Amino acid sequence: MTTTEQATGTANGIGTSPRRPDGTGKVRGEFAYSSDLWHEDMLWGATLRSPHPYARIKGIDLTEAVAVQGVYAVLTHEDVPGVNRYGLEHADQPVLAVDVVRYQGEPVALVAADHPETARRAMKRIKVEYEVLEPVTDVVKAVSGEGARLHPGGNIVRHVPIRHGNPNATAEVVVTGSYEVGMQDQAFLGPESGLAIPAEDGGVDLFVATQWLHVDQRQIVAALGLPEEKVRLTLGGVGGAFGGREDLSIQVHACLLALRTGKPVKMVYNREESFYGHVHRHPATLHYEHGADRDGRLVYVKARIYLDGGAYASSTPAVVANAATLGVGPYDVPNVSIDCWGTYTNNPPCGAMRGFGAVQAGFAYESQMDRLAEACGLDPVEVRLRNAMSEGSVLPTGQVVDSAAPVAELLRRLTAKPLPPAPLEERDLRTLPGGVSNTTHGEGVVRGVGYAVGIKNVCFSEGFDDYSTARVRLEVVGGEPAATVQTAACEVGQGLVTVLQQIVRSELGVERVTILPMDTTIGNAGSTSASRQTYVTGGAVRAACLAVREALGPLSPYELGDKVLDETVEWRHRPTETLDPETGAGNAHVQYGFAAHRAVVDVDVDLGLVKVVQLDCAQDVGKALNPQAVLGQIQGGSAQGLGLAVMEEIQTRDGKIRNPSFTDYLIPTVLDMPPMSIDVLELADPHAPYGLRGVGEPPTISSTPAIVAAIRAATGQALTRVPVRPEHITGT
Amino acid sequence: MRLNVTVNGEAKQADDVWEGESLLYVLRERLGLPGSKNACEQGECGSCTVYLDDVPACSCLVAAGQAEGREVRTVEGLADGERLDPVQQSFVDAGAVQCGFCTPGLVVAAHDLLNRVPDPSDEEIREALAGNLCRCTGYEKILDAVRMASTR
Repeated sequence: MTTTEQATGTANGIGTSPRRPDGTGKVRGEFAYSSDLWHEDMLWGATLRSPHPYARIKGIDLTEAVAVQGVYAVLTHEDVPGVNRYGLEHADQPVLAVDVVRYQGEPVALVAADHPETARRAMKRIKVEYEVLEPVTDVVKAVSGEGARLHPGGNIVRHVPIRHGNPNATAEVVVTGSYEVGMQDQAFLGPESGLAIPAEDGGVDLFVATQWLHVDQRQIVAALGLPEEKVRLTLGGVGGAFGGREDLSIQVHACLLALRTGKPVKMVYNREESFYGHVHRHPATLHYEHGADRDGRLVYVKARIYLDGGAYASSTPAVVANAATLGVGPYDVPNVSIDCWGTYTNNPPCGAMRGFGAVQAGFAYESQMDRLAEACGLDPVEVRLRNAMSEGSVLPTGQVVDSAAPVAELLRRLTAKPLPPAPLEERDLRTLPGGVSNTTHGEGVVRGVGYAVGIKNVCFSEGFDDYSTARVRLEVVGGEPAATVQTAACEVGQGLVTVLQQIVRSELGVERVTILPMDTTIGNAGSTSASRQTYVTGGAVRAACLAVREALGPLSPYELGDKVLDETVEWRHRPTETLDPETGAGNAHVQYGFAAHRAVVDVDVDLGLVKVVQLDCAQDVGKALNPQAVLGQIQGGSAQGLGLAVMEEIQTRDGKIRNPSFTDYLIPTVLDMPPMSIDVLELADPHAPYGLRGVGEPPTISSTPAIVAAIRAATGQALTRVPVRPEHITGT
Repeated sequence: MRLNVTVNGEAKQADDVWEGESLLYVLRERLGLPGSKNACEQGECGSCTVYLDDVPACSCLVAAGQAEGREVRTVEGLADGERLDPVQQSFVDAGAVQCGFCTPGLVVAAHDLLNRVPDPSDEEIREALAGNLCRCTGYEKILDAVRMASTR
């Protein structure tokens, strides 16, 4: 890859790959994750959850639980002092269930005890009497109004229509397809956890792993009935997020227990509870019709997309908007008619996960492009090149793409890469489908190659006031200039702390840059999601540096003397617009990211086992602020796409999760991930700080359909559902 | 019960240990060594990997009582004072650390591999690390780190 060094007065600025400031602590085991926190005299909190996807609560008897020795508190909804409703976009979810539970795993009661085992035993002694109700589990039926009404407004959370061009357009070549995407889990490794410490002022200090401190704080103060200044949040070390920490988990519960008992309370979910304790990727049902001329040029796309949001809304409205507005993919399509729904059901709640909405649509539209190629007798890459969007293209929302959109270039980069050599006669078992299970020595193994490309909006959309706050302080310490940066932007593993240091080094020419702990003593930074933090908080830190530089005037940082420069800046990207409720028209997004993949797979067609042999990627990142971290995002995002393609699914039956463990919910291991060859393009977006483009999500979108296309090429099977299971390949 | 165990070369004692506690729980909550991680607590993710008498093991699957009188070496015991072990340094240098929650287990597993096989092939590295899940990196830079450490 090529990167250009920014002209600066210091090394380790933007465009370089300095070491992470938290790297040494992490490899020594000394970095404090939220689950590592400990306090003298602390208690352990635990959550009693509903075993039923839908039931009426007839009564709760706490008598025996309270009597367990070592138990300090047992709480129900009656103990929630404030508003017993919270939610990211709609406050529709109770902190503790009142009269109804709407999903298996919904919190019903809390226990604080002197040992986690004491808490578990006490929970077993809580008697909840349920009247089990018939759950709503079919997303299409939820849209059509069949079954119980789960919330006062009905079971449709949001419907977004897109109407663009001629709704009655016809075409010479028509391909249709129906697709399904399974429910994927973020499967971050650090479990939901935190420590709440009651304070002398009647408030509480919460140390927690989250993606957005201020939106947590807003929801916590409402539930606790406390003023904002009495609920102070500090980011505990975060063991991955991927969207799964955008909603509350332990936050209010730990604070309730701490305030009730007057003692610090630690809560840590185990892996099984984690599967019930956070939202997942919306499973989707998608019906598509593509019309094109005989040369494969798209005339129209019609689609109906159903996204199952489960019991509570979470970020379903944003997921629906992404799937709808990006529903045709990175292609020029003159006529578009899409309807996209997000629903309430009694399935597990779904919300944000890396690539939210764009991932589900991406699998369907890329599968359709392969069908179109076949119908037109064209190469799959050629049909994509003929329809590839570019700078100046008009999206189905009417929005003009006003920066680089190198879709064709990304695909050409991939076709130019060498393919892996044909397999040897005598192969190492570890390189074969089935691996050391010794299921084949090469017989029945067929190779396939597939391509896909995807589009993702970066930052928050639809008129959201999307901003971040940054404080930069410059002073001379021990004869050397030193800068300190404070934000509330959550470092979840992606390396924001490194990038913020780099920005300050480049802007101020100061090598020593300290990143303060993230907390709510400074203003909102927005969420670590939607590939936005480097853009928005990076932009805010840069703006704060510019303010410091202006205050510095002609002086060099070495000449500050005793003076301390301290500037706080709120920075926002250019505004976006809402979508027209009838047509979906509007300049709703601020930036797009594009990535493309080529997958090479070996498939044991007799057993339906897949080995991804190689997974190559080309992505435009505008400007690689930290090239090593950019590659890390592309590799990690591609791996999650591989997981969705061939193994990852939360399987539900009648609303109940069947596989809440890493034994039964499989994520890729080092044996599943193939080598990757990656091309990083840096085509600056003139509207963004340094020209950068959000990096984290695009590689998760195209990875999945490229792998499935390769399996189709090897097997000839239609494969309309992910994850692809062995029986889909063998047809048995 | 009272547990006597040598951890990172130091004799340790933990009192009032409940019989159902794992070695992982005792290390993290009773001995002040939270470096070994609790990602699955059922032996699937490898994030709690420690040496138990020089053999790597998932400390979540070891009952605390089973460690009585034995020697445990955790990720906290790998560095030589301020100087990182070459495996640790390579993880930092190669960019193999993102969220880092898998890192302690992977560092111990890689450390063990290089003790046994100083110059492993890619297939050997993959096989040795197959019991350690990472959700952030896609493993490419972890492979880079182990290759780098094998040359140091």
